[in-house]
Amino acid sequence: MTSTAGVPPVSTNDASGVKPRGRKLTGYWLILPGALWLLIFFVIPFYSLLASSLFDPDGSVLTGYEMTWHFGNYWDAFDQYKGQLWRSLWYAGIATIICLVVGYVLAYAIAFKAGRWKNLMLVLVIAPFFTSFLLRTLSWKLIFADDGWVVGFAQAVHLTDLLNIVGLTTTDDRLLATPFAVIAGLTYNFMPFMVLPLYASLEKVDLRLIEAAGDLYASPARGFFRVTFPLSLPGVVAGTLLTFIPAAGDYVNAQLLGSTNTKMIGNSIQSLFTTQLDYATAGALSVILMVIIVAAVMIYVRTAGTEDLV
Amino acid sequence: MSHLDEAPSPQTPATSGPSRDLRLSQLTKEYASFTAVKSLDLVVPQGQFFALLGPSGCGKTTTLRMVAGLDVPTSGRISLGDTEITYEKPYRRPVNTVFQNYALFPHLSIAENVAFGLRRRGVKDTKQQVADMLELVELTSQAHKKPTQLSGGQQQRVALARALINKPEVLLLDEPLGALDLKLRRGMQLELKRIQTEVGLTFVHVTHDQEEAMTMADTVAVMNQGVIEQMGAPIELYENPRTTFVANFLGQSNLIAGEIEGREGDHVKVRVQGALASVPGDRAHSESGTGWLGIRPEKVLIAEAGEPIDAPGDVITGGYVTDVSFVGVSTQYLVRMPWGQELMVFEQNTGARAMLAVGTKVDISWRPEFAFLLDASQDAKAGIEEE
Repeated sequence: MTSTAGVPPVSTNDASGVKPRGRKLTGYWLILPGALWLLIFFVIPFYSLLASSLFDPDGSVLTGYEMTWHFGNYWDAFDQYKGQLWRSLWYAGIATIICLVVGYVLAYAIAFKAGRWKNLMLVLVIAPFFTSFLLRTLSWKLIFADDGWVVGFAQAVHLTDLLNIVGLTTTDDRLLATPFAVIAGLTYNFMPFMVLPLYASLEKVDLRLIEAAGDLYASPARGFFRVTFPLSLPGVVAGTLLTFIPAAGDYVNAQLLGSTNTKMIGNSIQSLFTTQLDYATAGALSVILMVIIVAAVMIYVRTAGTEDLV
Repeated sequence: MSHLDEAPSPQTPATSGPSRDLRLSQLTKEYASFTAVKSLDLVVPQGQFFALLGPSGCGKTTTLRMVAGLDVPTSGRISLGDTEITYEKPYRRPVNTVFQNYALFPHLSIAENVAFGLRRRGVKDTKQQVADMLELVELTSQAHKKPTQLSGGQQQRVALARALINKPEVLLLDEPLGALDLKLRRGMQLELKRIQTEVGLTFVHVTHDQEEAMTMADTVAVMNQGVIEQMGAPIELYENPRTTFVANFLGQSNLIAGEIEGREGDHVKVRVQGALASVPGDRAHSESGTGWLGIRPEKVLIAEAGEPIDAPGDVITGGYVTDVSFVGVSTQYLVRMPWGQELMVFEQNTGARAMLAVGTKVDISWRPEFAFLLDASQDAKAGIEEE
């Protein structure tokens, strides 16, 4: 221990010394590609979106669109489409919760129980991405077809009755064109976005901590809720965000699997932009959706980040 | 291998009620390709500091994990006093573990880590107990930090506090000091021993560090390849090893091949390369044929050829020094004997005589009462740790 006494103090302040000028700028150079990307693909489009949300609502392709700082667009859009807005959040929320529950079980199984099948199972989770999103959603139309076995089975076990009672379907003999179908589609399509982050954070959980919890009188269930789950929270937060945000803005599932009664805000925006050419309302709706989601995410992340949840 | 009878230990504190000794009977753990623990019989008296010492892969950690309930034995029994706990779930056993890597919960503060066991058992007010425990391990000021903010030694103490607060009947320590640097480890050894004396619980300490085992434990069991080679007080194991493995794993030994001539009174005579040596009867673990005559390096006396040896016993002549290393308190010599073997000789640097140079012709000697005799069928190199 004392053998270092005779050694002259070696200069260790290379790092704390004055940085060469070039080094100072390195950080900025590294940011540049990302900043440019953000500017071209986010800032400029967003500016254009904001601008169009303030256009004169009476504008049309024939008369042209005029910037009139018409903030009234926001209230009109909200008032007219609050049903779809609410429905979007509601459907996306249910789909996210189902994804979380099912995805957690799947991710847990892959991380801890799959053994040598782990990689195969992960590939299977990603496998659907090899086919088009549209095709996969369309094939659910076949699965939920009125004369298909799924409907038959659901009727046989009285699932349709239950869905009717909770309001996810409207008749006894259909699954298609109901909220149930839309939520099922959202759940299916966004499941990998839930499973992968959950898997990533569960995989990092040290099994020895779970053993330690058992050693300290925690039954497997308590050990899970006190140790495993809190440690997987980063994955839960990432997974729910990656599922909820795109699900809330999705319009494909509602369009292909739903009916006019299950229109989500994405459908309204899409139709306003592409068929009705009402850019002002479409822009305002887009901004409203964005503000709602950003606010919700901030509240969520802040809550999940505090220690009380843990 | 071990005593299965009710052997009361001098360390057992006076307790009311029946004794709660930890008892392993015929304990076996087999894996697909090998047997980790072979029919182990062991009694750890209540209140003892017990060390399971052995090289890595000898089955000591497996044994510990079976006691903790983290591994299920293939056969055999584990009991605490009269209660059998062989197949009891880990969270129902009055046993806690200090894990090798500490396994502190990273999302909880130090205080919450320490309170974990109490909370799970439904104790509502843990504040006072946690405060007391943190004081015992001298971490009161760190209570609200997270484990990653603490140094290795502090984390180790948190792990200890987290286990001790539950007042388990048996505390298992799985190489708890393995990750600490040498100086810190020495300090923690004394600390652990102090705490054990203070709380009076049964400690079962698994380690591969023979010095650590000898410093702390009341009883040491030396394990090798799934069985206990020898068990006893540290001094007994060191002075009178029964196998070459123990002789080499616990400290160092010179093992010299010899012909056993037979018992003569209370001594056994051994012919070693022409000279006749004697070994006390209770230290002779073989009485016929060939054997290994063992002598610890620090028990070997050395002098220049022809010079008088201080307090001589059996003298062997004709060696010469091949290596000298000065280690401060002592000097370690390697002496090549006429039959080609190199013996280790450690001599205190009392200053009575100058250090012997390489090449010096020397005589060596030892007191017969320090020699031991082992069966020659064993590998003389068993238990020598590769550096």
